Amino acid sequence: MHGQHKDEAPVLNNPVPVRHPGRWVSAAIILLLVAGFLQSMFTNPNFRWDIVGTYILDVKVVQGVGWTLLLTVASMVLAIVLAILLAVMRQSDNPVFRWTSWVWVWFFRGTPVYTQLVFWGLVTVLYPAITLGIPFGPELFSYALSDPTKGLIPAILGLGLNESAYLAEIFRAGLKSVDKGQQEAAEALGMSKGKIMWRIILPQAMRIIVPPTGNETIGMLKTTSLVLAVPFTLDLTFATNALANRIYLPIPLLIVAAFWYLLVTSILMVGQHYLEAYYGKGVDNLAPAAVNPAAAKAAGAGDAQKSMKMDFPEESAR
Amino acid sequence: MTVTAEMPLVKIEGLHKYYGHHHVLRGIDMTVKQGEVSVVIGPSGSGKSTMLRCVNLLETISAGRISVGGQLIGYREVNGRLHDLKTKEIAAQRREIGMVFQRFNLFPHKTALQNVMEAPIHVKGQSKADAQKRALELLDRVGLGDRSGHYPSQLSGGQQQRVAIARALAMEPELMLFDEPTSALDPELVGDVLNVMKDLAKSGMTMIVVTHEIGFAREVGDTLTFMDGGVVVESGDPREIIANPQHARTKEFLGRVL
Repeated sequence: MHGQHKDEAPVLNNPVPVRHPGRWVSAAIILLLVAGFLQSMFTNPNFRWDIVGTYILDVKVVQGVGWTLLLTVASMVLAIVLAILLAVMRQSDNPVFRWTSWVWVWFFRGTPVYTQLVFWGLVTVLYPAITLGIPFGPELFSYALSDPTKGLIPAILGLGLNESAYLAEIFRAGLKSVDKGQQEAAEALGMSKGKIMWRIILPQAMRIIVPPTGNETIGMLKTTSLVLAVPFTLDLTFATNALANRIYLPIPLLIVAAFWYLLVTSILMVGQHYLEAYYGKGVDNLAPAAVNPAAAKAAGAGDAQKSMKMDFPEESAR
Repeated sequence: MTVTAEMPLVKIEGLHKYYGHHHVLRGIDMTVKQGEVSVVIGPSGSGKSTMLRCVNLLETISAGRISVGGQLIGYREVNGRLHDLKTKEIAAQRREIGMVFQRFNLFPHKTALQNVMEAPIHVKGQSKADAQKRALELLDRVGLGDRSGHYPSQLSGGQQQRVAIARALAMEPELMLFDEPTSALDPELVGDVLNVMKDLAKSGMTMIVVTHEIGFAREVGDTLTFMDGGVVVESGDPREIIANPQHARTKEFLGRVL
């Protein structure tokens, strides 16, 4: 502030910080509660930690984790593909596409996933065969429907189609969040509709889409426990329930299931972190891209980012 | 598109534009010759940006015709009746026309280099190596050879706009449209962008520039068009119009911006 003193090192203010006694009190209360709970976990014999230990790596349990993962991944992949399609259809100039997308979301979001799972389990009863032909006329082609997968395909269809309705809305919000100027700039360059969507709009929309989709994926992991409605009977919840019913000890097997669900959720959260970093590039994540090593070198490699921020403080504030 | 010396590269005839009942353009006629720099000025809401956006069909044309290089923009004429072109055909016409926006509209998820390489690779089908070589040349030309690995958010507004110019030039257009290219810039960054545009004009590029930079019009412009209320009020030699405007509205506008 005082120009004539600019060579002297300033005396730092070093103020006395505001005290927060409430933090100490609340920490003490919470620690006490946690300690009490931990003590009960180790002293209450009803937890049956020995049974937890016996079954945590049981073949049926580990296989159940595998099936649950398969159901989660397969139904999410199906849902994501459908959701992109539905979101793009919703923005289409073609009124038939817009209307179809709207009705799809209305139906699959408007009925319980449990009901849909039961329905998909009964499809082969409702339609023993698919027949292609002229309505009320001759039959051209017929295919007998059967499910050799013992409920896996109906389960994936039920979970995936239901989820697609929710994801379609998330994708639609993501696509809408991209500035209109991006579309115009790409159009002005003569890019085709498809290229504009895949190369310009969708990658930017992903920044908005990934966090809620990660949320949905973790939700799906646990929704797979409903597949007994199909019925599909190999997933983690069914496997641990079956074991619990056999030995009349539900609590240790609930702990086994909870442990595995938490473990998988934690791994998914790590994956989501990396996905967010990838799609945040240029916006949230400003690590210099390694496209052109020569240019990166010229710009001063690792220091480039720092020095750029110094040059344009108002830009980095955005 | 081949153009003879006497034929104008851009011809706008009787252009009208409605937004609902709002009559934004009320019959614009304008021609731009090959290699000419045509500067368009006017108060905000005069329709100058809308007119520019009609040239590459970012706005639909309500009435009138625009042709670039002798080719009708947006339509095919069959037996005196106009037929809308397909999206693909419109995209092909746009490849010949570069556009620079007021808000730059760089792709934020791509580096400066990737922004410039995008269209040559994915529209023209150039090899990555060729596109990169050319893109680095163009970034050099706009004075940003050392910033190729930076994302738009790491560049100042003026640098972003120069990358945007390089991106448009990478398609080797016959015509460049500038929609208020310096209006969103801090005053000290305007000069660098104008210098790039001056160099471009000197190299013989045909340009239509919508701007508030009267100095640029005087120095670089071959023609100056003053628009107000959706019509062309006055058009001619920039230095003459700026020094001696014929219409009261032109006089009033120049009095306010000079």
